[in-house]
Amino acid sequence: MSRLKKNYERSFFYRFKKWVEGEYDPFDGKLEIKNTNRVKKELANHTQNPMEVFYQEEEEEIEHATEEGLKWYQKIYKIVSVVICLSIISVLLITVSYLPKIGNPDNPDNNEVSKRYIEKGLEETGATNIVSGMILDYRAFDTFGESNVLFIAACCVLILLRYDFGGKDSANLKKINAEANDRIYEPKNDVILQRVAFVLVPMIIIFGIYVILNGHLSPGGGFSGGAIIGAGLILYLNAFGFKKTERFFSQKTFKWTVFSSLTFYCLAKSYSFYTGANHMESGIPLGTAGNILSSGLILPLNICVGLVVACTMYAFYVMFRKGGF
Amino acid sequence: MGGNLFANYEEVVAMILFGIGFTTLLLHRNMIKKIIGLNIMDSAVYLFLASKGYIEGRLAPIVVNNVTDMEVYINPVPSGLVLTGIVVSVSVSALMLALTIRLYRRYHTLDLDEIIIQSKKEGK
Amino acid sequence: MELFKIILLLFLIICAIFTSFSKNLLTSIIIYMAYSLIMSIIWILLKSPDLAITEAAVGAGVTSVLFFVTLKKINAVKGDQTDEQIEEKL
Repeated sequence: MSRLKKNYERSFFYRFKKWVEGEYDPFDGKLEIKNTNRVKKELANHTQNPMEVFYQEEEEEIEHATEEGLKWYQKIYKIVSVVICLSIISVLLITVSYLPKIGNPDNPDNNEVSKRYIEKGLEETGATNIVSGMILDYRAFDTFGESNVLFIAACCVLILLRYDFGGKDSANLKKINAEANDRIYEPKNDVILQRVAFVLVPMIIIFGIYVILNGHLSPGGGFSGGAIIGAGLILYLNAFGFKKTERFFSQKTFKWTVFSSLTFYCLAKSYSFYTGANHMESGIPLGTAGNILSSGLILPLNICVGLVVACTMYAFYVMFRKGGF
Repeated sequence: MGGNLFANYEEVVAMILFGIGFTTLLLHRNMIKKIIGLNIMDSAVYLFLASKGYIEGRLAPIVVNNVTDMEVYINPVPSGLVLTGIVVSVSVSALMLALTIRLYRRYHTLDLDEIIIQSKKEGK
Repeated sequence: MELFKIILLLFLIICAIFTSFSKNLLTSIIIYMAYSLIMSIIWILLKSPDLAITEAAVGAGVTSVLFFVTLKKINAVKGDQTDEQIEEKL
């Protein structure tokens, strides 16, 4: 009998039942969550002043109450969230079963919008890649907004992760030491990494430039090419350290590159939209489709977007590593 | 139930992935796991959109030999939408990771419940 | 090709589940990287090569690198010992 009970306790359903009831957490003590009881230790270190003892008792009461509440809350939270997830999945699956079949040309989403883009796209934009012609010509302001989203995200990460260097008190010194420690972790003399990076980084960056410049002829464009160049710069930084990258990429470079690309994008596309809306000649030649120098404004706009994306990806990495440039 | 559940298996997979991501987001207490769950939800939505634009037996939307006929290429609109979405999702996850680092510096833990308890004690 | 697509979609679900259930944070991030790569192959099968390039560069490359740096910052991954630390121990 006892053996049967042991088998039952080892079974999946028993553990599942325990988990639903909130007594057993499969990740408890196994997942890497650091539990530091800093506050409790600070409480224990207090001297036994009568007023403080009173406060301490009060605090313990509140702590007890919140922990009891949290236990109940977690129990209900788990059950409710499982129920919500299952119901959402079932509702979505029922909806999918009523949708029209995939791959059918008569589906309602293949309407006159995509017909216009496909049939008139080459003639009006000059781009062989219809997607690139669509996002950089018909819906160019959407892409402009997205480049701005990237820039704003980089600014927010800079604000969140910045180390404050003002003042000379001990806390600031500690932070500066922490930053210096992160620099020590760089493999400055890793021969294997440096040799591999010496061969790979130029290839990666040249491939990124190829993807950007051929954005209107083949798959790719500013977003993917910029991300590839950013990844190449990150590899270079990891192999050779901050000293070498700071020679050509500092905060000033980031600021001015992103600012001038966004301004050029805004001005060029505003001009193009203004002349187009007023039925004027824009004077931008479309060229013959298939050449590199063709399709009007799409090539310069691709370069602008690529610069913004590459700078932002590299800036994210640098700011995560050492907090600011 | 309609009859197209097994014909639309890509959309079914997208919905299941959405559910898995949502469950990860709700049930885990670790912040990094929550961010991964949100990323999975993101890509599930992109898979749904991209499978809406797919048409069987047609080519990718790149003009070959100056043939501009609607019957040759797939629908390019969802591709454009998803292309913008992927890059935005990177900046969103970078922002969330930066917030996680800030929370870790302040409270020295990744557990959301622990953070809530500590912040309640301090706000008193 | 149909069968290949179904197998890849199954891999996608398996990767998502194991990302959620793995106990080590580093493991779950690496599985998420594999998930992104499988997603980029599926996008080639869905005839949108633009998305495939972008996902392979952004999803599998930059996002995972950002996750790794975050793990480093919150001390979940132990870095190599520097020369000074080794000297201190000696």
